[in-house]
Amino acid sequence: MFSHLLLLSIVAPLAAAAVISAGLPARAAKVVAALGFLAPALIALHVWYHFPESVQDHGYAFKEVYATGLQSLGIKLSLGLNGIALPLFVLAGLVGLAAGLYAIQSGAERIKTYLALLLVMQAGLMGVFASIDIFFFYFFHELALIPTFIMVGVWGGKDRGYAAMKMTIYLTAGAMLSLLGLIAIYYKSGAENFDLITLRQTILQAGIHNHTQNVIFGLLMFGFGILVSLWPLHTWAPLGYGAAPSSAAMLHAGVLKKFGLYGLVQIAVPLLPLGAAHWAQPLAWLAVAGNILVIGFITIAQRDLKQMVGYSSVMHMGYAFLGVATLSAVGAGGVVLMMVAHGLSVALLFLLSTSVYHRTQTFDLTEMGGLAQKTPVLAAFFVTATMASIGLPGLANFWGELTIFVAAWAFSKTLTVLAVSGVVISAIYGLRAAAKVFFGQPTEALTKVLAEKPAVDLRWSEKIPALILIVALFFIGFWPKSLSTPLNAALEVVYPAKAPAVAGK
Amino acid sequence: MSPELIQAAADNRWAAIAPEISLGCLALFLLVLEVFLPKKQHAVIPTLAIVGQLGLLIGFLWNLRGVNFVAHETFSGLLRHTQEGQFMRVFFMLCSILVSILGVVALAKQKMPKIEFFAITMVVSAAMMLLAQSNHFVLFFVALETVTVGFYILVGYFRTSPLSLEAGLKYLITGALSSAILLFGIVLLYGVAGNPTLPGSSSDSMNFNALRVFLESNPQNFLASVGIVFVLAGVAFKIGAVPFQIWIPDVYQGAPTPVTAFLAVASKAAGFSVLLILTQRVFGSYYYLTVPVLSVMAGATILFGNLAALTQHNVKRLIGLSGVSHAGYLLIAVIAAGSQPLAAGAVYFYLFAYLLASFAVFGVMTHLAGANDADQDLEHYTGLAKAHPFLGAVLAIGLGSLAGIPPLAGFMGKLFIFIAAFKAGLYPLLAIAIVGVVISIYYYFGWIKAAYFETWTAPLLEGETDTRPARTRVGLMAGVTLASLAVATLVLGFYQGALGEWLLSR
Repeated sequence: MFSHLLLLSIVAPLAAAAVISAGLPARAAKVVAALGFLAPALIALHVWYHFPESVQDHGYAFKEVYATGLQSLGIKLSLGLNGIALPLFVLAGLVGLAAGLYAIQSGAERIKTYLALLLVMQAGLMGVFASIDIFFFYFFHELALIPTFIMVGVWGGKDRGYAAMKMTIYLTAGAMLSLLGLIAIYYKSGAENFDLITLRQTILQAGIHNHTQNVIFGLLMFGFGILVSLWPLHTWAPLGYGAAPSSAAMLHAGVLKKFGLYGLVQIAVPLLPLGAAHWAQPLAWLAVAGNILVIGFITIAQRDLKQMVGYSSVMHMGYAFLGVATLSAVGAGGVVLMMVAHGLSVALLFLLSTSVYHRTQTFDLTEMGGLAQKTPVLAAFFVTATMASIGLPGLANFWGELTIFVAAWAFSKTLTVLAVSGVVISAIYGLRAAAKVFFGQPTEALTKVLAEKPAVDLRWSEKIPALILIVALFFIGFWPKSLSTPLNAALEVVYPAKAPAVAGK
Repeated sequence: MSPELIQAAADNRWAAIAPEISLGCLALFLLVLEVFLPKKQHAVIPTLAIVGQLGLLIGFLWNLRGVNFVAHETFSGLLRHTQEGQFMRVFFMLCSILVSILGVVALAKQKMPKIEFFAITMVVSAAMMLLAQSNHFVLFFVALETVTVGFYILVGYFRTSPLSLEAGLKYLITGALSSAILLFGIVLLYGVAGNPTLPGSSSDSMNFNALRVFLESNPQNFLASVGIVFVLAGVAFKIGAVPFQIWIPDVYQGAPTPVTAFLAVASKAAGFSVLLILTQRVFGSYYYLTVPVLSVMAGATILFGNLAALTQHNVKRLIGLSGVSHAGYLLIAVIAAGSQPLAAGAVYFYLFAYLLASFAVFGVMTHLAGANDADQDLEHYTGLAKAHPFLGAVLAIGLGSLAGIPPLAGFMGKLFIFIAAFKAGLYPLLAIAIVGVVISIYYYFGWIKAAYFETWTAPLLEGETDTRPARTRVGLMAGVTLASLAVATLVLGFYQGALGEWLLSR
């Protein structure tokens, strides 16, 4: 049992999905779905707690290997967690549980299909971060991605058809480029093995030719870049998140999108240090000038609450890219911490935005106001989420951003100054949104809506998923060591001190 | 008959082609049965055809590990039995069964003689099985013509439909043209390889072994090069590669849906199995000629197929053109197979995944088609997932696999091809393939969108009738078949097991 723990975290949601599609009554389906989301979350907490004392093999704990018939190609389902994967695995478990619980109470049409798709997505998410084999890393990402398209198309809000189509084409293009990059690493390393440990050892001995590294890193940077919404390839993201049903948006923006960054931190930069150094400057500039500044200003101009959250998540990816571009262990650590924090906070924001919508019947910021008097708990949660997103100390995001800025200072002072000014931008739009929704006087439109259907505060079925995320945000905010200790240990292995930490100033 | 001939015939290892012979006998038996059985009981014949073929397939698989003729040549070198040949035999028998099952569904909507359809399908399949094991241009051509002539009848089978007849005529004309080109190529090769003044010439120069020896000793012969290009062109017609894809949209649209499936899967697979035999074994020493010709073809095929499919509204034309692009991906693997043994396995895996996915999609199409088989529009799929969740799910899995989306079998096929192409260093073709895959998402996804995403349709006014054909109820046999195709597509995407190991470990 315990030797198959990681596999179980993937199989449990899949099994739940299969049982649900076999045709259960809706009430039983909800129970099964809740169990399907609970299992990976509990496993994630379990491995988090036991990680320090667990047996490690090349830095990977809880290792399991299964053959699927492609050994001759060097593909095996090998699962395991190192310090870089662990925080994201935990993130996937927690956000999955929150999104799942929120979906169960959402009362969506055809709820069984919706829950089944969400469970498949959850299985894929657990698999992405548990895979040591980079083929399965990609495979699980796609497994999680497909349900997203369907959920956006079927259960989405306005423009769902267009949004689903655009998302599908963009993300397929990104995934294809990354697949090519991964195959290139597989082949050019000479290892002819998709196992990350073997790849790392082979490359440490032989290395890949300088020029080849540049090409492969370029493929991965743009492939992963599309998936993580690197400016100017980000246009699918706000549109898609705006249209996506809230649980799908929570899982995608919160967890799945981190696939690309995780790929850069865990695979691309360590295995292709010269290629990464070659691309570091363009990447950093795209991230700071494009994602942080341009998208930051666009975010300020948004009137639609959900679109604003979508744009803000694109903007925050700029910090993560900047952290990657520093090519240092410190920067990479900051990226991982920030991914966890951002995943929790953006999922919370999507969740709360939808709860706001249920009370105001609109996402339009100019048609709200004064909701705090009617729904104090919702207001408190929303303000917390906003503070987290801005990076207030005491909440998880602070540590990630701080570490990234420290690493970036050594990389380029100009870029760091520009990036730090982005924090002001996110404070402006975050606080403005909170103010427009919850404070001041209710607008006429809102008064009319509230007269028909008075606003009630968050119900427990909404509070629990939100609390899971808030508790995690505070826990990591006050005790980042729980994640950073294993993370640092892994980064020492993956990012040797010799690596070119600084590339051009 | 002279005693020598009788002796020679007795030496032939008839047991080696027992599956083909029994398939042919089964076809004849069904025809005889039709004559003797009272008309009321004719309904049993299709069932008998399917059960009989299933029995033959099981019997064949049962014997697979027993006595077989792998790595032997029989019939004086006409046939060469290989592992790949065995694989393709199973493949074509499966196709034949699946076409028969779809045929039962489709023919029920037509006022047509029903028995010949199954007999012809079986004979065509037997010919394809021989084709995949051919080792001699005489047998190659005869088997190929048997396939083609069978298809002339099958394509025009709905003879009350003008579109079906038109398709039959088009297939006849283009098929005859391609046969002529192919034959011309064979004759050139025969002539030049039979020239006693050249080194390595042979009196039996249509034999693949003899031809290979000749080509190896004359690596720069002009006439041989022309012959090779002509033979490749003839085969390119069968697989529908650019510039020989012109016939595909019209013929696919006009042909009865099961026949379209047969053309799309089996005919294409037959083309690829002979293409592999020819390029790897026979024309191996002319790789400097075959590789550029096939590369240009592959690139153009992928781009043309995908771009042309983008604008289609008729699903039969759409899947026909998307099939063109699949031929392009497969051609990449055929090219890579020259230096990477893995690539040949990739071709077979891809074909198998393509079979599962295509028949799933065609199965759904058969159930949605009305009496006018050529009229199958994307619009007919609106609301399918809600009204028929089963058909919707099968369609989504089939299309997803064709689009190459993990965790479905089609993705693994594409992955193997990409890896092989990477190892062979075919970077420009890889880039084109990636572009093609992204384009293809648009139309495959559009189809899924039609079936799944709610779109507003005008409510029917009084006195107005729904112009969309009524959907056929899914019968037990068709239901089990579609479900197994979908499940197999899913399972092969997750777990390739012994099949993957066998195909890729060489």
